[in-house]
Parts: sequence; structure tokens; C-alpha cells
Amino acid sequence: MEETIRKVLGDYAKLPVDITAVDRNADLYALGLTSHASVNVMLGLEDAFDVEFPDALLRKDTFQSIADIADALSGLVDSASV
Amino acid sequence: MSDGMRVDLKETARAIGEQVAGPNAADVDATGRFPAESIEAFRDAGLLRALISVEEGGLGASVDEVAEAVAELGRWCSSSGMILAMHSIQVACLVRHGDSAAFSDYRRRVADEGLLLASATTEIGIGGDVRSSTCAVEADGDSFSLRKQAPVISYGEYADAILATARRTPESAASDQVLVVCEKDAYTLERTTEWNALGFRGTCSSGFVLDAHGNFDHVFATPYGDMSSQTMLPVSHILWSSLWLGMASEADARARRFVQGAARKTPGVVPPSALRLAELALTMQELHDLVHGARSRFRAADEDPDLGASIGYATSMNSLKVAASGLLIEAIQKALLICGMAGYANASPFTLGRLLRDAYGAQLMVNNDRINANNAQLLLVQRER
Repeated sequence: MEETIRKVLGDYAKLPVDITAVDRNADLYALGLTSHASVNVMLGLEDAFDVEFPDALLRKDTFQSIADIADALSGLVDSASV
Repeated sequence: MSDGMRVDLKETARAIGEQVAGPNAADVDATGRFPAESIEAFRDAGLLRALISVEEGGLGASVDEVAEAVAELGRWCSSSGMILAMHSIQVACLVRHGDSAAFSDYRRRVADEGLLLASATTEIGIGGDVRSSTCAVEADGDSFSLRKQAPVISYGEYADAILATARRTPESAASDQVLVVCEKDAYTLERTTEWNALGFRGTCSSGFVLDAHGNFDHVFATPYGDMSSQTMLPVSHILWSSLWLGMASEADARARRFVQGAARKTPGVVPPSALRLAELALTMQELHDLVHGARSRFRAADEDPDLGASIGYATSMNSLKVAASGLLIEAIQKALLICGMAGYANASPFTLGRLLRDAYGAQLMVNNDRINANNAQLLLVQRER
């Protein structure tokens, strides 16, 4: 899952760093993630994992780090497969 | 302070409007000068320290109460009201995000000394995107330095401090911003443009190069992105739209007096302009309910941080600004049709010229196109309103 998350971030987050080398707990906003880019990341993740982020998850801290994104997606992917 | 001793900010603002801001408004507009006498009256009456807690020397007022005061001032002098609004937005940031002892001390100083706070969020070269900075806070031991090319710092030359955005460090990304309190005795301002505009002429919103130094304890720890979404943006839009409601209310009042004057001359015959007054009443109700609805949403977000962090809240605060700035112009335009030449004339009890010129600024200060573009993007993922 994290590999796909990193791919989406690489495509849409527009960070001035190599996303494959970013620590999973690193603060993406400190690395330069803008609210504008985070919307594109959300759209990219929804397409890649065939999920829809509910309102409760559409907030800044959901996308704070790769680990946070993975946590949020795990819940969504699990509930989708139930 | 007991409830019985609470200062009625709306009544305070009305008195200042009637006695100070109103009588000087035409001169402030004609000469494009800073309304110093209004600000002095705000200071004396406690309006500049209204949002600071009683414990720290303020009045402990809510954003709602300040919004009422700002709306009242909109009826007398838009520039004076806008300055109180912009100052109060900065105070709100200090109150809601300045958790340190240093910021508590600074709030006491703002209250005791009646300091006037200005803002430098835009920057030359970033295309109007206030969530991105080129300039950066440069550390030197316990001190910082900051040099910012600001296309606009409203009443910059008259402020006691300027709250400026900048990148957290010279290595930080453009969006990794902090807010910094820069104090007058530790900065220089080099004026780069003159403010000679269609309206809001008393805000003296010239451009400057800000060259500031200070102690690091004047840098907010909270990322500016969070301060922006939780405080700067909603409080700005609530106070601005409240000012616009006050301006529109004044135009509405003049139109009503005009129609009622005509009606008194022809009892039994409803003047044709009364129908237009009924149309104006629709616009006024839309604007009033829009502004008051947003204020209640802001109060709800204070009780429920999840609401405040939601996309729906962000889009609704953006929509408030775009819709209210449009309704303001619509209301004054309708009032002008009612008052006719008496509204068009500058020296007339029904004059609407200055209000209309001021009103056109509303859709430009943080351009509505930019706000709509922001909402367009957020709506790509928003689920519920």
C-alpha cells in the first residue's frame, strides 16, 4: 500500500524532495505539501485505491504523513471489502 | 467583570461613529488620510483591546461583539471600520494562537498601551497567494530577521506592530509558513507604492519593504496554515462582511428615508420607488442572514473543532466573502436607483457616492476569483454541505 501512496504523492504532491526516500512519519506539510496539492493527492488516492474519503477524513491531519495516509486508507479499504 | 459592567461595543461604536468617525469621513475620503481621530477614539473606548481577556487587560469580548461594532462603524466611515476589523483579526490571532508566556505579555502590552496592529500577508512575486511566501525568518541566536516586499500593508505607517507571514526557515518550502509579530521600534518601512484608490481611501494601504528584527519568542509556534484556516480566514470574512452589512444598512436607511419622504407628500398613493425599496429589502435580508448565519457557524466551530477543520466549513467561509461582497454592491446600487440624483449628488443627505466607491473594494480585497477557484478545488472532494 505504501508503495502506491508514494507513487501518488510523487505524481501529485509536488514536493521538492524524492518521495521514495521520505520517512513514513515525516511531516508532508513541512516538506511543502500545500492544501491545493493535497486535494490532488486525495483524488489520486481515491482513484488508485477505488475508495472515497468520507467527510470526517477530509482534513489536514489525514495527510500529515505517509503513515497517517496509510492508516486512513486501511480503514477505508477494510470497510470496502467487508 | 460582571455582565452589568460589560461594555456594549455596538453602542460604543455608534457613539464614536456619530461623534468622531462620521463627521470626519468626508475629509478622510477626500484627502486619503489616515483617520487618526477614529483610532484614538477606539483606543480610548477599549475597542482596540476588546478581544483580549479581562485578565490580560482587555474587555474579553467575542468576535461576534466586535463584528457588531464594526458593522455599526460601516454606517459612518468604512475606512475606520475596516481598520478596526483588520486590527481585530490580528488580535484574534494573538488571542487564539499565542499560547506562550511571551505572547501573554505582549497581549498585556497591546491592551495597556493601546497598540494598533497591521498585517503583511501578501508578497510581491507570489501572485496573491497568501498561503505561500518567498521571504523567510532568518535565525540568529535568540533573534530573527525578516525582509519582506509587501505590495500592501494597510495603515502600515501608523501601526505599532505588523504581523507578517514568512517561510519558517530559509530552507523551508514556500507553503511552510509562520506568522511573526514585528514591532515598530525594530523595523523599518520603505514605502514603494502610494495608496490613491477608488475607495477605502483612509486605510492608507501603500506598499512597503518591511525590514524587521526581533526576538524569536515573537514567532508563532502554530503553523500559519492552521492559524489561517482556524482564525485568520474565518475571522477576516466575518468582520469584513459585517462591515459590508453596516455599509449596506446605511445605504438602505437613506433609501428608506427617501421613499418615506416622498410618501408623506402623497398620502394614499404608494410612491413608485417603494417597489424598489421592497426589492432592496430582499437583498438586505439575504446579506443580513448570510452574515449572521456565518457568525453562528463560527461559534459552532469554536465548540466543535471537527467542524472547524472540515472542508464544508472552509468552503462556507469562502462563500460568505464572495456572496457578501456581491450583495453589498447590489444593495447600494438598488439604493442609488431609489434615491436617484439625490443619491448621485455628493452634497446631499441621500448621497451614496462614497459608499459605492468603498463597496467596489470588497470583491477585490482577496479577489473573489481567487476564492472561487479555491472553492472549486475543495468541492472536488467535499461530500456534504
